[in-house]
Amino acid sequence: MQRALTLYQTNIGKKAVLALTGFVLVGFVTGHMLGNMNAYLGEEALNGYAETLRSVPALLWTARIALLIAFPLHIYTAISLVRANRAARPQRYAKKEELVTSVAAKWMPYTGLLLLAFLLFHLAHLTFGWLPNFDPTNVYANFVSGFQNPVYSAFYIVGNLALGFHLFHGVWSMFQSLGASHPKYDGYRVDLAIFLSAIITIGNISFPIAVLAGVIQ
Amino acid sequence: MSDKTFKMTLHVWRQSGPNDAGKFERYECPEVNPHMSFLELLDDLNERLIADGQEGIAFDHDCREGICGACGVVINGVPHGPQRRTTTCQLHMRQFINGPHEVWVEPFRASAFPIIKDLTVDRGAFDRIIQAGGYVSVRTGSAAEANEIPVPKKIADRAMDAAECIGCGACVAACPNASASLFTGAKISHLGLLPQGQPEREDRARKMVAQHDAEGFGGCTNHNECEAACPKGISVDFIAQMNRDFLKSMLTAKDDVPNRK
Amino acid sequence: MSEGNLMELRSNAPTGPIEERWTKHKAASNLVAPANRRRYNVIVVGSGLAGGAAAATLGELGYNVKCFCYQDSPRRAHSIAAQGGINAAKNYQNDGDSVFRLFYDTVKGGDFRARESNVYRLAELSLNIIDQAVAQGVPFAREYGGGLANRSFGGAQVSRTFYARGQTGQQLLLGAYSALSRQIEAGTVEMFPRHEMLDLIVVDGEARGIVTRNLVNGKIEAHTAHVVVLATGGYGNVFYLSTNAKGSNATAIWRAHRKGAPFANPCFTQIHPTCIPQSGAYQSKLTLMSESLRNDGRVWVPRKKEDCDKDPRSIPEADRYYYLEERYPAFGNLVPRDVASRNAMYVCNDGLGVGPMVDGQRRGVYLDFADAIKRLGEQTVRERYGNLFEMYERITGESPYETPMRIYPAIHYTMGGLWVDYNLMSTIDGLFVGGEANFSDHGANRLGASALMQGLADGYFILPFTIGNYLGTKRNFKEIGDDHPAVKDALNEVTDRIKGLMNAPDPKHAPEYYHRKLGAIMWDKCGMARNKAGLEEAIEEIPKLYEEFKRHVKISGSGESFNQCLERAGRTADFFELGLLMCKDALAREESCGGHFREEHQEEGEAARDDENFSYVAAWAWNGESGSQKLIKEPLSFEYVKPSKRSYK
Repeated sequence: MQRALTLYQTNIGKKAVLALTGFVLVGFVTGHMLGNMNAYLGEEALNGYAETLRSVPALLWTARIALLIAFPLHIYTAISLVRANRAARPQRYAKKEELVTSVAAKWMPYTGLLLLAFLLFHLAHLTFGWLPNFDPTNVYANFVSGFQNPVYSAFYIVGNLALGFHLFHGVWSMFQSLGASHPKYDGYRVDLAIFLSAIITIGNISFPIAVLAGVIQ
Repeated sequence: MSDKTFKMTLHVWRQSGPNDAGKFERYECPEVNPHMSFLELLDDLNERLIADGQEGIAFDHDCREGICGACGVVINGVPHGPQRRTTTCQLHMRQFINGPHEVWVEPFRASAFPIIKDLTVDRGAFDRIIQAGGYVSVRTGSAAEANEIPVPKKIADRAMDAAECIGCGACVAACPNASASLFTGAKISHLGLLPQGQPEREDRARKMVAQHDAEGFGGCTNHNECEAACPKGISVDFIAQMNRDFLKSMLTAKDDVPNRK
Repeated sequence: MSEGNLMELRSNAPTGPIEERWTKHKAASNLVAPANRRRYNVIVVGSGLAGGAAAATLGELGYNVKCFCYQDSPRRAHSIAAQGGINAAKNYQNDGDSVFRLFYDTVKGGDFRARESNVYRLAELSLNIIDQAVAQGVPFAREYGGGLANRSFGGAQVSRTFYARGQTGQQLLLGAYSALSRQIEAGTVEMFPRHEMLDLIVVDGEARGIVTRNLVNGKIEAHTAHVVVLATGGYGNVFYLSTNAKGSNATAIWRAHRKGAPFANPCFTQIHPTCIPQSGAYQSKLTLMSESLRNDGRVWVPRKKEDCDKDPRSIPEADRYYYLEERYPAFGNLVPRDVASRNAMYVCNDGLGVGPMVDGQRRGVYLDFADAIKRLGEQTVRERYGNLFEMYERITGESPYETPMRIYPAIHYTMGGLWVDYNLMSTIDGLFVGGEANFSDHGANRLGASALMQGLADGYFILPFTIGNYLGTKRNFKEIGDDHPAVKDALNEVTDRIKGLMNAPDPKHAPEYYHRKLGAIMWDKCGMARNKAGLEEAIEEIPKLYEEFKRHVKISGSGESFNQCLERAGRTADFFELGLLMCKDALAREESCGGHFREEHQEEGEAARDDENFSYVAAWAWNGESGSQKLIKEPLSFEYVKPSKRSYK
């Protein structure tokens, strides 16, 4: 236990925690997106999928507990790392030119904060049902009525673009932080990052667009 | 290659000591010869400043052939300036013929590299990281016959890729987090790749990483700016290798490494 | 040292069969018991191959070591810049190499001006050095089978050079630095970076400490010890432009010389033929490129003066003067370093030099790869010399694939240094000198890939042992406190000297202004070729320039802070005195040998050595003021390698 705490106090340990919790979260968003694809199959399919999840409490609660651990840990660790990293350069350069870093990497803390805001909204909207016209028995109806609101949809789109950027840097970074690097396979790490961030973002953004365009109704 | 001289304006960070606030001073260089190195431009400016009774700009330098790692300033926001894989001493002014002709010169900035004076910083933190474990503990005279330890050529070459680090600190200067992961990772990898480095491999990673953090360097968030700014082009693969060695050691080693003073 | 009379130099070299001398010497020496070692304080000045290795090994043995360097870290010592490799008589290539052959080559290469006993020991220890470096994790080049790779270097007939790409010095230094770091961590070595030694403390003829300036805050401090080791490198920067680091200086050895340590063979300097020429008056240093370039490149200059500023590619074959190929048909472009260097100088003096005009002369010759590219193809040339071509292009902006390289000789290494006996101890008891700072082993000329070998042999294997012998023999030392008169005197001397420099009566120019002038005199009159008239002129001119320097040197800032201008001024002042002694030595040595070429002494254009009259080490003892040193001779005898003549015609 002492060893684990010592590990967590190091920069590399923190990055490993970010990578591992990130891995759980990537798994979650991938599954979440794929599950929601049922919306394209109609009301029964989506509600049926939701019912299946609820009918296996062991699965649901395992997932929920994993998420309840992963999310806060990911966020807390990220904040403490960012603070330590800022402290490492108290005086900024008057001029600074970046050579190779990506927008995704630079914006990590900001896309992260945006995702947090989006997550809270999303939970309030479709999980807890704190927003108007919520029907706790009909996921599909909530899905459609929610996205019919262009403001909500716009926020979903923005939130998922942030997710895309966050995922792109996060996925390949995850390998690097855990030390999974080999000259022969390093290229695939970036390919995987592009692939995952692209399909998850496109998949998720397709929902509000499909609703607004009347494809799903 | 043109021999025509050109004009340049330098904004140089002047700071009389670690506790002074410091500020940019503007200097005109009316005749910049394209064949000069960047440091020779500073030499020339200093000689004029001294003849004029002003203090010269303090900057570290020594071998002036790109290997000792003493020199290094940030030129227009890039450690060692605009030419890739080139130390400041090897950067020649012909790189500036077509501009920019107004240039900001700053020291490497990091809390772990306190400024001594002007462009000179204290990189003692690097020495302390090596002291924490960047060696193979072998007594003088106790070594086995050299060819008794075969090392596959590919491994030796890769170890050499890591060992080429000149310890200049450009990786820290370039990193948005002022992390010394590339420096530390390069040494851990150099010794960790070779058979000679195996007995201490676990402890070495833990000791050096602990010292890296204790010095106040930031953590790696995989921007790869270090690799791009490194005058020797040391690969970030060695950071991954450090992470791997360190994590493995933390998870599997039986004993803790003692705390350093 | 007794007043008036000249001291006798005792080499303390053992006798008997040469291959047994070092072993027997060790067996007969005194030791210090492990528990007693921590009672002895050892100061090591310099952290390069010799100093870093010595400090690490002495610390490991249990002595109390303080190590000093002027750089910000011991890892930056100029040993780091050595490119080519390190010799060792391992005979891994099965090509007939042996300790004796390496010894033989080194004595002969040094033109018979080195001590046989020392050189044999060096060749012997070369074996241990490689073992040690490999064990430390130095990533030497390997063959596919996993064994160590070798190459032939500098015209040697065997492949005995070990290398790590073009950065052998770097890797060996980082090995020594890692050993040093380990001892710093263990608490046996205390490291003082950014400290410059400015004087030696001598008490009753024994070296008992040093005075240093903390370069960060200007504090002058005394450090006392039982033994002082100087491993502060060579003095090539006396020429202002050299391949040395900007900070390389002779102050430590010069201060020790002034305190009584004789300076041996100061005029033995080595010139390297393949350096990148000076491009303008602002030039701060010269960069060396590997000599291997001459294997495939052809050296030439235009035959006509009017072609010298033309694009070399436009000069027809008939108008090109391949002077080495014409003058030395047997060796051609591969003549030894000194011959190649001198001939480059001669053609440039004849007005046939190429490249930019600096101070009214073009100093450069072409090294042309056009034929090699035609013969071997660009790909092969790229494989062999790609790195060097890149380096050349970075510095000059010209691509050697398209246009001939320009090269010119530059000062590269100094064989002379403080005189030491077989134990590497000077005539001052307890003052040991290692690496390039001493005069031993290389004679009048150093073979390629031997500098690294000597530095490490001194540092890892010789000094730690001979220092133990000294301490074990001496045993009783007087206690020296900071209030000892000798300590106070040394502190005062240093403080006064700094005050003097800071307060020149009529300050005008920065120190470099004078250093460049000194360098020009040295290069013209005590450089690649020397003659009586030129040396006599230099002996007149240098003191005058020195006086001018003392009157007019201008140093801004204060002595109590980080002040690089003050650092340079102090070093320049010592170079004036050393430069004068070099000229004196060169004038006295009426022969040509190794790197010392006296134009009066040649036979058919080749150096003419005079073994009958000059087979000795010329050690100069300080005699109260600059330029008045007295010559003491240490005769050399050759039992195993009979002196022979070099010829490359």
